[in-house]
Amino acid sequence: MIAIIDYKAGNLTSVVKTLNYLGARETVVTQDPTVVAGAAKVVLPGVGHFQATSLLRELGLTDAVRESVAKGAWFLGICVGLQWLFEGSTEAPGLVGLGHFEGTCERFPALFDGSELKSPHVGWNSLEKIRTASRLMRGVESGGYVYYTHSWRAPVMHATAAVTEYGGAFTGVVEKDNVMGVQFHPEKSSAVGLQVLKNFLEL
Amino acid sequence: MLTKRIIACLDVRGGRVVKGVQFVDIVDAGDPAELAHRHAAAGADEIVLLDITATHEGRGTLLETVKRTAAALFVPFTVGGGIRSAEDAAAVFDAGADKVSINSSAIARPELIGEIGESFGAQAVIVAIDARRVEGRGVEEAEVFVSGGRKATGRRVLDWAREAEDRGAGEILLTSMDTDGMRSGFDCELTAMVSWTVQIPVIASGGAGTAGHFVEVFGRGRADAALAASIFHFGVTDSRELKGELQRAGVSVRLPC
Repeated sequence: MIAIIDYKAGNLTSVVKTLNYLGARETVVTQDPTVVAGAAKVVLPGVGHFQATSLLRELGLTDAVRESVAKGAWFLGICVGLQWLFEGSTEAPGLVGLGHFEGTCERFPALFDGSELKSPHVGWNSLEKIRTASRLMRGVESGGYVYYTHSWRAPVMHATAAVTEYGGAFTGVVEKDNVMGVQFHPEKSSAVGLQVLKNFLEL
Repeated sequence: MLTKRIIACLDVRGGRVVKGVQFVDIVDAGDPAELAHRHAAAGADEIVLLDITATHEGRGTLLETVKRTAAALFVPFTVGGGIRSAEDAAAVFDAGADKVSINSSAIARPELIGEIGESFGAQAVIVAIDARRVEGRGVEEAEVFVSGGRKATGRRVLDWAREAEDRGAGEILLTSMDTDGMRSGFDCELTAMVSWTVQIPVIASGGAGTAGHFVEVFGRGRADAALAASIFHFGVTDSRELKGELQRAGVSVRLPC
């Protein structure tokens, strides 16, 4: 069973629709910690403000995710869902993330290399330095384009499985064992995005 | 590197794609779902569906069309036309849209921008601005029109773009009524002015006729994305072909796609 966590952060329709299109069996959209703790796979979508993740703690979902991940369930965070895997974000100071990965998400700089950097980062950008051992990125080559829309980004660290360049490099994909995240929107990223979701379903 | 986006736009009336010249002269160009998929397969980076029926009876048809179009579309999908409340927007998102485009309703009640953004995120709200230059005046005096270009608002494009951004719009879709449907090129001066004014992405619209027009609007016009309708529908060219030409001209685009 794949638990797709609904924490009222944006629109889940596209993610659910795409997973079902790819033949996912038993997708359940849920807020129930017991369902999440018992799922074989967990997907945390999300667009919008990091503040929205405060609901995860309130609903007991943070502990549920921790429990399921410890039991070896596959986890995929999308967009803010990836950011939540880190310690926190300057978008909502004081609010802690899952802290599975070290580092804090920060806003794009207003200036980069002496010129103005527009923010949000919206559109198709390429994935680079894809780690060959990445299971989530199997069959995706560096240079492949994916769709982004965000103003905050996660730092590059040891679990970074692919980067994207915009005002410097940031974590486009994170992966360590059973815990994975993508900053882009795979459900909106055409063939490359479908490949990533298919890889996740086949785990 | 972040690429420049080519957005295929479908103007829909009564469930069929139509295309006007300067907001009139409607021509039937086909089924929205079929055309959206064809555009995505041909390399369009996004699809925009604008419902120009805007009648009450048309709403059900629109939601059905959106649902059918979104079913197997895996690029960003924007829907506009007749969205007057956060509830209208929610219905369109439920049907499968990723973003909504609001125009007259945002001018009438600017709070709507924030209301939709609060539930669905700023990235899901595009404020569409129909602009017309004032004869004998500079581009900074260009005026905002609503109701499908029929009604002048007395507001300057610059001021409204700035306010839309402050209220939480995720992108600006800027249509020049002076160039729309003419296939003689985008209004680059107007687009550049808005792009310098706001931080959020600006989508240029109105006037696409050749690949050179896109090169101009991405360069001199400082557009982040450009929208084209009529040049694609009748098989004049497709996005992939267009992008090939843009790439040769030094514009960064999503290729292969």
